[in-house]
This record gives sequence, C-alpha cells and structure tokens, in this order.
Amino acid sequence: MTEPMRTHMMDRLWELQLANGYIRDEDIKNLSDEFNLSSIEIEGVVSFYHFFHRKPTGKYTIYLNNSIVADHKGFQRVKETFERETGATFGSVDRTGTFGLFLTPCIGLSDHEPSALINFHPFTHLNAIRVKDTISALRRGLDVDMLCDSPSDNLRYAPAPGSVFFKSFEPGMVLEKASVLGSDGILDEMKKAELSGRGGAYYPTWKKWLAAKNAQGDTRYVVCNADEGEPGTFKDRVLMNTRPETLLEGMLLCGYTIQAPHGIIYLRGEYRWLLPKLQAAIDKYREAGLLGKDCGGIKGFDFDIRVQMGAGSYVCGEETALLESLEGKRGEPRTKWFFPVEKGYLQQPTVINNVETFCAAARIIEMGSEAWCQLGIPGSPGVKLLSVSGDCKLPGIYEIEWGMTVAELLELCEADDPMYIQISGPSGECISIKDKYRRISMLDLLARKDIRSGGSIMVFNKSRDLVKVLLNFSEFFKSESCGICTPCRAGNFIIQRKLERLDLGLANEKDLEELKNWGMIMKNTSRCGLGKTATNSLIFAMDKFSDYFKARLDKDYNGLNLKFDLEAATEAYEQYKN
Amino acid sequence: MSDLVHITIDGKSIQAEKGRNLVQVAKENGIFIPSLCYYEHIEPPLGTCRVCTSKINGKYAPACTEKVREGLTVEVNTPDLNDTRKALVEMMFAEGNHICPACEKSGNCDLQHMGYELGISNTRFQHLFKDRLIDFNPQRMIMEHNRCIKCLRCVVDVKTDEGKTVFNYQNRGNETYVGIDYEQEAKLTEEQAVNAMHICPTGAIIVRGVSLSAPFGERKFDMESVQENFNKKKPGLRKREPVMSKKIVATVSLAGCFGCHMSLLDIDTELLDMVELVSFDKSPLTDFKHFTSRCHLGIIEGGVCNSENIETLRKFREQCDILVSLGECAIWGGLPSMRNSIPLSECLEEAYLNSATSEAGAHVVPYHEDLPKILDRVYACNEIVKIDYHIPGCPPDANHIWKTVKNILWGEEYSILYSEFKYD
Ligand SMILES: Cc1cc2nc3c(=O)[nH]c(=O)nc-3n(C[C@H](O)[C@H](O)[C@H](O)COP(=O)(O)O)c2cc1C
Ligand code: SF4
Ligand code: SF4
Ligand code: SF4
Ligand code: FES
Repeated sequence: MTEPMRTHMMDRLWELQLANGYIRDEDIKNLSDEFNLSSIEIEGVVSFYHFFHRKPTGKYTIYLNNSIVADHKGFQRVKETFERETGATFGSVDRTGTFGLFLTPCIGLSDHEPSALINFHPFTHLNAIRVKDTISALRRGLDVDMLCDSPSDNLRYAPAPGSVFFKSFEPGMVLEKASVLGSDGILDEMKKAELSGRGGAYYPTWKKWLAAKNAQGDTRYVVCNADEGEPGTFKDRVLMNTRPETLLEGMLLCGYTIQAPHGIIYLRGEYRWLLPKLQAAIDKYREAGLLGKDCGGIKGFDFDIRVQMGAGSYVCGEETALLESLEGKRGEPRTKWFFPVEKGYLQQPTVINNVETFCAAARIIEMGSEAWCQLGIPGSPGVKLLSVSGDCKLPGIYEIEWGMTVAELLELCEADDPMYIQISGPSGECISIKDKYRRISMLDLLARKDIRSGGSIMVFNKSRDLVKVLLNFSEFFKSESCGICTPCRAGNFIIQRKLERLDLGLANEKDLEELKNWGMIMKNTSRCGLGKTATNSLIFAMDKFSDYFKARLDKDYNGLNLKFDLEAATEAYEQYKN
Repeated sequence: MSDLVHITIDGKSIQAEKGRNLVQVAKENGIFIPSLCYYEHIEPPLGTCRVCTSKINGKYAPACTEKVREGLTVEVNTPDLNDTRKALVEMMFAEGNHICPACEKSGNCDLQHMGYELGISNTRFQHLFKDRLIDFNPQRMIMEHNRCIKCLRCVVDVKTDEGKTVFNYQNRGNETYVGIDYEQEAKLTEEQAVNAMHICPTGAIIVRGVSLSAPFGERKFDMESVQENFNKKKPGLRKREPVMSKKIVATVSLAGCFGCHMSLLDIDTELLDMVELVSFDKSPLTDFKHFTSRCHLGIIEGGVCNSENIETLRKFREQCDILVSLGECAIWGGLPSMRNSIPLSECLEEAYLNSATSEAGAHVVPYHEDLPKILDRVYACNEIVKIDYHIPGCPPDANHIWKTVKNILWGEEYSILYSEFKYD
C-alpha cells in the first residue's frame, strides 16, 4: 500500500525550511496547490512545529536549550554571550541576517549542558569563551560541521555480567532466531521476559503486539518512537548512536511477529545530526538483505524501514500525536475513539514502541528470556537504561538492573549533596533525598514503595530553588501543549501565573490548596498524557516538601487582605512623573 | 436485530443500542450531560472541551467520546464532577476575553448558556487577559478571536464545495487560535457562511450584515433551563433564623459605571421593605464619605484600577463583616478590563496625547501627587481582598441582588430563577 501524498508534508516542509531558512509565502501557495489543501491548513501545520518558521532564521540558526539542567549549568551567561556576540536577541535574527537565536526545550544532551544546536549540529559544554570562539569562527566562514561536537555517549555503568544493551551485536542473528521461534514463540518470550513499554507507560509489549497481530486491516505498520522529548532523557540518543542495528532488528522482529511490511522511525528534529548514522545502518541492512524482500532469507517476509523527521514538538512523542505528525498533520493527540493497534497510522493496525523497547526485544530474543530474567528482581526482570544528569560528577547513561536503590545510583554518579531527585522528567515525580532507599523497578507503583522510573533522573542539590525548577517545568508544558483541549491549554497558563505569585511571596495557604486542586482537575480531564501529567511534579513536590512551600508564603496574611505589590503595579504609570 | 446493551447512568438502568454515543443516549433518557464541543453529526466526536467529563467505569473520561457497551456504569451528577465541569467552563471564561454585554451572540451562546446551567457566579481563576486580535479581513466574516473556545467544530465541519477547509488551528499551546483562509472563505456560499456562524458555539464567527440579535429576552437561552430541576438543584446558601433585625450596609463603586447601583434601586416596591430593614452607611446613596460605624455587609461595584481603589477596598474589608462583589467588573474586571491586554502606556497615550481632540504638545498624561496612581491593569476585587460572595451580571438583575442580600443578612430562603441569573 503506497502512502498517500499528505504523508510527505513534513519532508517537504523540511526541504523548504532548510533551503531558505524559512517557509516563504510562495511556498505556502505552492504547497497548497501541490497537496490540494487550503493555505490555512498548511499554515496550521507549519505554525505547530518549533523548527518551521514563517520568517527568515538567519544563515546560522541557533537553538539554545533552556531546560532546567542547562539553567543550573550556566545557561544564562551563555545566553547573554550569544546575544552579545551575534548582535541578535533571542527570538530573532540580527540585522545582517547572519545569526538567528532561538530558545528550545531539552535537546537530549543533558549530560553535556549547556548545549545548543547550530544549523542542527550539536555544540556542547558551552561557556562564554566557547561561544565567542564559535561565533567568530563562523564569521570567518568556517563550516558548522567542522566546528561542532560529536557528543560522547557517557556510558557510566553496566551490571556486573556485562552490558546487555551495548555489547557487540551481530546483524541478522535475532531474525534468524525469530524465524525458528515463530510469531507465537516470540510473543511467548516477550511475555516471559515481562518486557513492557520503555516510553514511560509500561504497557506489556507482548499484549500490544498481539493486539495488532489480531486486528483487521489492509496492512500493518511498525512505528518506532524516537521522539525522546522528556527533558533530561537521552538514552535513546545513545542507543541510536552506538547500536542502531539493535533498533532495526527489534523492529524487524515486531514486523515479523505481527506480519507488517512497513517500519517507520519517527526521529525528533533535535536529533537530525543522528540521521546519517541511522540511515547508514538502514542502508547496510538493506545491502545485507536484512531489509527489503525476503528479509534475512525468510520467504515471504518483506519489511522495510524509513526515517521520518519530526520538527520540534514534545507532544509528538505521544503516540497518537506522533501518528498525526506522520500523516503530515499538526501533532494533536487523537481521542480514544480508536486505539493505534486497531486503527493507527493511516487507519491501519499499528504498533508504536519506544527505541529502548525495540532494542530490549531484540536483546531478549538474542539472549533468551531465561538469561534476561536472571537480571533484575522477581516481578521486574531485566535491565533499564537511565539518563542521569544534574548535580552529579558523572552524568551519563546508567544501565541498571531493576531493583537498584536511588541511594546506590546517587553514589555511582557521585551526586553532589542531593536534595531533590526528579524521576522520569518533569512529567514524572519529584522525590526527596529521604526516599533514597526506595528501589527503582516496575513494581508497586501504587504502594509507593518502589519507584517506577522512565528514562531520566535529574539530581538537584540543596542550593537549587524548587519553585524555580517547577516554574521551568510549567513554562515547558505551557508552550508544548498542543492546545486542543481546554484543561491543558488554559490550565498550564493558569498554573504558571499562580506559581509566579508563589515565587514572588504573594501567595497564601489558599493558593497552595488551589494549585493542588487545579492540578488534579487537569489530571482528570486532559485528553492526553501531557496535560494529565503536567502537574505531577508540582503535586508530588507539595506533598513532599510542604514545609518548604509554607516558608514561601505571605507571612502577614490575616485571612482578609491579600498581599499586593503596589510598586510593581504602578511602575508603568510612574514614568509620567515629571 | 440491533444489539441492545444495558448501561447504568447515575443509578438509572438504561437499554441502548450498542456503539451509540453516550451523550446522545443519556439525553434520550432524560439525563443531561453538559457538553460544549459535542455536535451530533460530527464523527468521530471532537473531544476538545472536556466539559462532558464523567466517571466511566470508575475512571474520569469524556462522555462524548464513549460508545455505549454492555455493563457500562457512568456517574454524571456528583458534586466532584459538577465542580470539575464548572472549573472547565470557568477556564474558558478566564482564557478568552468574554464581554457578554457587547457580544452579538449573547443569549444564543452555548458557552454562556453552559455558565448558567452550571450556576457559575465567578471564575475561580484569575483572568488571563491575553491580547487577541479581531480579524476583519475576510470578505464576509469577522473572526472574533477573543471569544473562540477552540472547540474544533468549524475546523472539521466547514468545507467549501471543493472540500477544502476554511478554518484551521494555528500555533499551539496557549497561543493556539483558529485561523481563517481568506481565499476559501470567499468561496463559501451565503448559506455555508451562515451555517458556520451557527455551528460556532460562541460569538467567534460573525457574518457581516446577518444580524444574530433577536431582542433580549427572546433569545434561545434567555428564559429557560434545559434541566427540568434547575432551581431545585441550585445549592442554597446556609439557612439562618429569619429574624429580620435592622442591618447596616455600605456600598461603593470603584472602577464601575454605577450600573450595578442603578440596578440595586430597580427592585420597585421592595425598596420600601429595604428601607425598613437596611440602613446605609458609607455609600453613594447616602453620600457619606467615611464610615460612621462597622457594617454587616459591604457591596462592591467595579474592579480595582488605581491606588485609591485599593485603599477604599481595603477599608471596606476592615469595616464590613461580609463583602460582596456585585457585577462583572467587581468579580473579574469586566468592561474596564478591556484595557488589560494592552500596555498601560499605549492606553494613556491614546487617550491623552494622540486622541482626535488633543492638540500637539498641549496635552500631557495627568500625574500629580494628589491624584490616584493608575495600575498596570484592572484587578478583580478578590485579587486585593477576600471576597465572600459574588453576584454576577452586567448589571445583575435587581431581584437577584435583593434575594441574595436577604439570604446573606437574614438567611431567607433563596431561589434564583434561571431568567434572573444572567451575565448580560
Ligand atoms: C506528552 C507525551 C510525550 C511522550 N513522549 C515520548 C517519547 O518521546 N518517546 C517515547 O518513546 N514515548 C513517549 N511517550 C509515550 C508514548 O505515548 C507511548 O506510550 C510509547 O511510545 C509507547 O511505546 P512503549 O510501549 O514502547 O513505551 C510520550 C507520551 C506523552 C503523553
Ligand atoms: S492534554 Fe495538552 S497536549 Fe494533550 S491533547 Fe490536551 S492540549 Fe493537547
Ligand atoms: S455571549 Fe458567549 S461568546 Fe459572547 S462574550 Fe459571552 S460567553 Fe463569550
Ligand atoms: S471559531 Fe467557534 S466553532 Fe471554531 S473553534 Fe472557535 S468556538 Fe469553535
Ligand atoms: S463535549 Fe465532550 S469533550 Fe467537549
């Protein structure tokens, strides 16, 4: 089944964006003819994605990461230096049209902060001097790809028997075993290994695959979610950089299991610099006969993989938003009217899994579920990749066996006087150092004994201002919300305003109560996970650190008069004093 | 022939055809599930406003995106869910800039109507006052972005004869707005254009020259609730002993137009009762400039726009046992807050320096130590002091005011008719 015209939308927009630095009026007109859509519909797609612009973005387009980890590592000074050296201010282009400066949320380099992308090439460990040198080198005409970094993988820890994810890998091995096991055998292995989704929702992988296998459709799709947008997460980046073959093989495995001929990797725009490597791996697989017709010599098993670039949108990591984006639309999550395994990409049964899920699936078949189950703890077998960043000496990738405690992890990464630990990014939970003896596992989510971690751990020390951290998260959710449903679109804005009051010392007990209630309303009513989890950290933090929050309140509050900053409110008027 | 399933809504057993929309099934069985974006013939349902959020098999979920199936158990009317729905509609009011008295759709507006049905008297959220444009460029239409609730109806449902969309979301997050395609809009037939205006649940899509306005009192949602037991359902305030002792009341108009005070006097013969029962202290009605005693009740009209308003309001809070915001301006800023989305300097310079009647160089923006200082925006009274009760309306209906005051002061039985509970 050929994919309809509209699915080329993202590629066409990327071409135009890269060719001219922006999408011009005539491009919109042409695209509207080309796709037979109204201009406003094209404009709607363009304006959804952070990396598509309707105004020139300069010969050198610079995206500086403003995530909380970057903020703690000197973001502000780097930002000022960029402005001084380029003569542009953030959000615009300098007068000569040479440099365009833009802020962007986490670019998946939290172990190398502060970092930026210049023409989509990574520049890491920035400081004032590095920025100065880079800008002057660019002015002298040096190439961006000569100046940029190739971020190291920072593999810091693997279990004693050796790494599961990063050990060497022989292409074709998994496929060979798969053909012996057969579809049911593979599902059985996945079940025994208790593999569940590593994108954060922990849905059992075998169930998803089985549902797609049994669903009715003209064809089926295997989609890899390589959008890795959760701030502080970079494990998928490292997997794709070091072992892209395991990802391809995992997708092949799924394709074989559910009898799907098509695989698509949705790669976040921020990882454009990984594309050549990924493409090379795909080409190598094709040459080796592992992709294409009769993959790995299995008669009748045709499967191919293509990469689709995203264009800067966190919500496109949500599986149904991702599907919309693949179809060339705005990345708005769908309603639950259908599930992707029934009607996914182009309304056909579709499996969507995270990069790590596919890699783990390949490794499980390679090593056998029995060996996999030797690792980890009962009920939570195997290994998990964690991206560790923040206030620690050794940020990077930690391949832990499930069951490791937070304390052990903090010791391994040489955390510096940790106070709060942010688990699974802003949408996860904020725990106190007092909880450090909790285990990290897939168990016991409700009993609150173990911690079920997604891909990221951010460590914050005593000197960090928790309200500022929460404000950073709130700004993130506010600008990344797709805007389609009320509680998330308006709610994140409202929460941010309230947090600002708290930050300025104007809030009282009632404000805290309201923050919590409103956070729950957003949780209960939002359409997708973004809105449902946007206030998670806030709610957890208010529970864990209630004394801290109380200390931030207006001390003179008597139940009647709210604190009001008259000076700030009359500042604008005072300029008319003569 | 058809597949019948059994479901339960708020304890009531219902039989329905499998796979049908839950909101629809509920409606046919006399159960009102509040909804805004839901539009019967659009499938799949839009699921954008979330006002229909219910508990479905114990979990929060929107009713409009649910197909009925065997054994479904639905909770609709619980205090928690009603409050959640209220919050969502309040968010829409806080997020947009809704000035109902100046809106063509008032009385015919689904959003406003939902506000009445849910009994919203004020928004718990501070209004966001985001600057939004009104797009006068389309040939036939005007897009009033201040009023759009992003329900998606127009995006999905309005198409040209060639099947092209006319409306589409632009941007994302709180910057999202519904853009209109000028070229495609011009291709709509008159009927299609008017239809677009009608499917819009708010006053965001206006077709030039097609008047929406039936006179007040004759519009779709003016007089009657869609819920049979609207008045029974409304939570009354605490009932106290009806000993009608004389009470002292103070009133003031801050950044308001005195319209609420006028409405206060509009209670006809009940004025005589009132004079018996109430003595006014500081108030425009007595012209007392200062408080002469502590008051049982303070009634505030108007929001807070300058430093003097703040002082006055704080004084009222000190002197009155109970403080009531009367009217939209006091509740959230109202009409004067139209300036809130524009920087103060622009407003002042437009008024004093660049207006048609000002001579170049001859005018200045007034500033004197004795003059109150103008605030950066108009604030709601409850951003400055604690407000105990809100009486909505622009202005509030006289009966509504008097009933509420009687309830607050003497605990008299309280039932506001649907037709008295109005924002315009
Ligand atoms: C706002 C949001 C962002 C998400 N971002 C990602 C992401 O970047 N990568 C990912 O694998 N899953 C992400 N997810 C989870 C996906 O929706 C989905 O659950 C996952 O891709 C399924 O794969 P898995 O079962 O292998 O985890 C996100 C979910 C939400 C709600
Ligand atoms: S919760 Fe937020 S991101 Fe998700 S659909 Fe709603 S507006 Fe979009
Ligand atoms: S009538 Fe409706 S659309 Fe118009 S201002 Fe009021 S709530 Fe908004
Ligand atoms: S313009 Fe009207 S119909 Fe369109 S999204 Fe806004 S409120 Fe809905
Ligand atoms: S009516 Fe159900 S989400 Fe709007």
